[in-house]
Amino acid sequence: MYEFHMPSLGADMEAGTLVEWLIKPGDEVQRGQVVAVVETQKGAVDVEIWEAGTVDKLVVVTGRKVPVGELLALLRTVGEPAAAAPETPKTPGTPHVATAPAITAAALPRAEAAAVSAVSARLRVSPSARKLAEELGVDIASVQAAEPGAVISRADVERAAQAKTLTPVAAKPAAPDWHAQMRMAIAAAMSRSKREIPHYYLATNIDVTAVSSWLETENLKRSVTERLLPVVPFMKAVALALREVPELNGFWIDGALRSSASVHLGMAIAMRGGGLVAPAIHDADRKSLDQLMADLRDLITRVRSGRLRSSEMSDPTVTFTSLGEQGVEGVFGVIYPPQVAIVGLGKITERPWVEGGVVVVRRVATATLAADHRASDGHRGGLFLAALDRLLQEPERLR
Amino acid sequence: MTPDPILARKLLHEMVRIRRFEEKSAELYSAGKIRGFLHLYIGEEAVATGVMQALQPEDAVFATYREHGHALARGLSAGAIMAEMYGKVEGCSHGRGGSMHLFDAAAKFYGGNAIVGGGLPLTVGYALAQKMQQRTGLAACFFGEGAIAEGEFHESMNLASLWNVPALFLCENNLYAMGTALERSEADTNLVEKAASYRIAGKSVDGMDVLAVLEAAQQAAQFVRAGNGPYFLEFRTYRFRAHSMFDPELYRSKAEVERWKQRCPIAGFSVRAISEGWLTPQTIAAIEAEVAREIAQAVEFAEAGTWEPVETLTRDVYTARVQPE
Amino acid sequence: MNTVTAPVITTTYREALRMALREALQRDPRVFLMGEDVGRYGGTYAVSKGLLEEFGEERIRDTPLSESAFVGAGIGAALNGMLPIVEVMTCNFSLLALDQILNNAATLRHMSGGQFNIPLVIRMATGAGRQLAAQHSHSFEGWYAHIPGIRVVTPATLEDARGMLWTALMDPDPVIMFENALLYNLEGELATDAGAVDIDRAAVRRPGSDLTLVTYGGSLPKTLQAAERLAAQNISAEVIDLRTLRPLDMTTVLGSLAKTHRMVIIDEGWKSGSLAAEIMARVMEQAFYELDAPIERVCSAEVPIPYARHLEQAAIPQVETILAAALRTVKQHV
Repeated sequence: MYEFHMPSLGADMEAGTLVEWLIKPGDEVQRGQVVAVVETQKGAVDVEIWEAGTVDKLVVVTGRKVPVGELLALLRTVGEPAAAAPETPKTPGTPHVATAPAITAAALPRAEAAAVSAVSARLRVSPSARKLAEELGVDIASVQAAEPGAVISRADVERAAQAKTLTPVAAKPAAPDWHAQMRMAIAAAMSRSKREIPHYYLATNIDVTAVSSWLETENLKRSVTERLLPVVPFMKAVALALREVPELNGFWIDGALRSSASVHLGMAIAMRGGGLVAPAIHDADRKSLDQLMADLRDLITRVRSGRLRSSEMSDPTVTFTSLGEQGVEGVFGVIYPPQVAIVGLGKITERPWVEGGVVVVRRVATATLAADHRASDGHRGGLFLAALDRLLQEPERLR
Repeated sequence: MTPDPILARKLLHEMVRIRRFEEKSAELYSAGKIRGFLHLYIGEEAVATGVMQALQPEDAVFATYREHGHALARGLSAGAIMAEMYGKVEGCSHGRGGSMHLFDAAAKFYGGNAIVGGGLPLTVGYALAQKMQQRTGLAACFFGEGAIAEGEFHESMNLASLWNVPALFLCENNLYAMGTALERSEADTNLVEKAASYRIAGKSVDGMDVLAVLEAAQQAAQFVRAGNGPYFLEFRTYRFRAHSMFDPELYRSKAEVERWKQRCPIAGFSVRAISEGWLTPQTIAAIEAEVAREIAQAVEFAEAGTWEPVETLTRDVYTARVQPE
Repeated sequence: MNTVTAPVITTTYREALRMALREALQRDPRVFLMGEDVGRYGGTYAVSKGLLEEFGEERIRDTPLSESAFVGAGIGAALNGMLPIVEVMTCNFSLLALDQILNNAATLRHMSGGQFNIPLVIRMATGAGRQLAAQHSHSFEGWYAHIPGIRVVTPATLEDARGMLWTALMDPDPVIMFENALLYNLEGELATDAGAVDIDRAAVRRPGSDLTLVTYGGSLPKTLQAAERLAAQNISAEVIDLRTLRPLDMTTVLGSLAKTHRMVIIDEGWKSGSLAAEIMARVMEQAFYELDAPIERVCSAEVPIPYARHLEQAAIPQVETILAAALRTVKQHV
């Protein structure tokens, strides 16, 4: 038995009213024959049947609204025996038309009253400040805005965090120790670095006699307060060399190297009582040695007093660490993510040095590079150390 | 024109193939297998059949949204078209186009355009590129008489004539743009004269007579290939069925439809072919049987097709290259 | 590693565009330029001046005033092996071709299941500031950036005017290039060896740390001036030139925000439903917790661009309005 259903004549047709049957039980029908007229919201449509045979039964009476897909008639296909006597449909009791359940006003939630009171009690904190407070373990409720009624910003949270550090007695007993927090922060960053960054390491011994002698002469001309620390010309040389190999200066973000046009040199500075920070000296490649010295002095002072600016913490495009004062010969650093390189300098020592086949005594330092192999290859790293060497041979040009 | 038995068989086979494919499509639409808009070509089979017979593989074809017939006659497989209407990956547009957007690069079949007149500027540009690259194929564009009212028609006629490009304009005048009769939308219903006003040569042809269509299309194609510029053909035809599946046909009388059905291109050609001795009733029965098999296989192919996983939803929007988002 | 830098010449944005056109026409025989008055007239903005004499009328093709037909013809030619550059006189007129751009150029690849490419470039002038009133002054970059299937680029520097065209032509998909008409006379230095540039990434035009100014096209020079004035007040603004509006390079935008935590977006489109609105929405979705202040927008006023100069200037972003928005954004705790 072939079932003839209410056809779907368009995605926007849900039901049709059967206006007229053009066939009756016992009629022979052909494939494609118009067998009924259905009234739709667009007008009356002739409906065809897609099977040949004999009408067995008309299931639906005219005048009824029928959903798409509901059975309209039964057809005995060619060769199929007749079942019972042909029937005409009975008038059904109630038309079967689906309706959506009624929505009553009482069922709707009454939301307005509750919403208003919730807002007034809420602190006005910037999203970024709220996140930073969480990271630094600062209770946001204890943070004061810069002026009454203002929104609490990152700067307010940073200030609150510093105040907490500087006045440990005032800290809540439950709050974790500041140094312990720093340890944890270093632990997290360094673990991430070693987990994510495929480091490669290069080292080279550089004859620093020229730059050391030049610095001695230069410092003789200066008053004690104006003297340059030995590390300063090295900072400048590192910054300039980085300009030549931009793959070492920037960030690895979302699977891609983002080289930085500026060189913001992160200076690794040890903190009193333990821990380490590496805040930025901005645009180190473009600053004079005097400016670099002034910036470094300012930075060290503020590191020791815990008064760093947030931009100094997030801006470094590379890190420079010098452990020469501690007598270390070479430093193989761990990259601070998402940076892609860390440059190290060991102590300056007098060593035998072969020059033109003759052994001479030279002042020598070991410069090292740890770099992210995703961002650069050893060849580029080698070019950087070579550039550093070259720049250090002409100290007067570093000014 | 007198066809040999091979050509006669081919023309009838193609027209029957389109007719039966469209009937099956209507059935599958009613059953909910095919969705969206479905515009059937029943009644107009002689136009696509005759024109495609006159075209070469090197020619390009731009079609309308009533293009199942064009696609079939151009050589797209019934299975690929049916699968497309099912929305399956195996469809000729990988399920992204549906009934109105059938495409096939290999057949130089540039779609199924559902914006009335939208394919005309493309055709002009395609033909211009043929000329600039000194290639021989022409660009053929089907459009309905409704497109004549669009600005794009007039802009394109002017440009095609001005630049003398190898374009063949094929207007299927089935008298109704959806439900609007030609005389209710055009101040002047002489379409060939409209083309002539752009200095485009043209001719009006009986679109219910496949031999007349073929002959006119051959002459027009020859004209274009010879470097004479574009050519305009009007085919006077009629769709026997509604504009789309959901259309109660309030705008035309059943008597009018019946009158045109008397001029059915398939029945007319069959009768003539038998009386002229081009074909035998046995051959015609064999054609019906071949077509029935092909359509049944097409439906099987579509039924067996696969749904594209939603994970690749946004593919084919841009050519694969590194995107920053 | 010393880089040898090529000599620089002083030139204009217009000339840089012409150099790009000339290079493309010389480099690839598939390239041709068509549009209204690109040939004998020399281009409405004189961008294509002299090219007709150099390349002939087949390749520098004047068209009738039929935007829909010639933009569509560009799509058809691109379908058939050519690399057409179609010039639409202003983006206001492009609306006459919007059907072809949206319904064909942007969709053919997708509708055909990836069978066809449309390597077409459509160039159009955009923007206000020349007292051309409400049918020649609008900015529809944001509208076009709404459409999947096309790429939208907005050269705002000489390097980009010189370098974006070739990259756009080599893109297998349609690219719309918006040229802000006020930039045509922009003068500056350009390296003689300047060439193709990427069209994927936004550029940091000025580094800074206190807030991020995001802009594109004709508003870039104004935004850079505003940043300069902010610097005088000790406020360090980072200026991002989006360069490509679709697809948006949010990585660069969010990278800057992660540093500054404050943002102002400068967009010459109308504010409602603007590109600026889209960027704000994405920041909300992707970087809400980076924000230290609400994002501000400096857009065009909700009015058709008026004729009178003072009203026109009041309708579009200006250095003063950018400055004011920036100061509101950073006013707390600078």
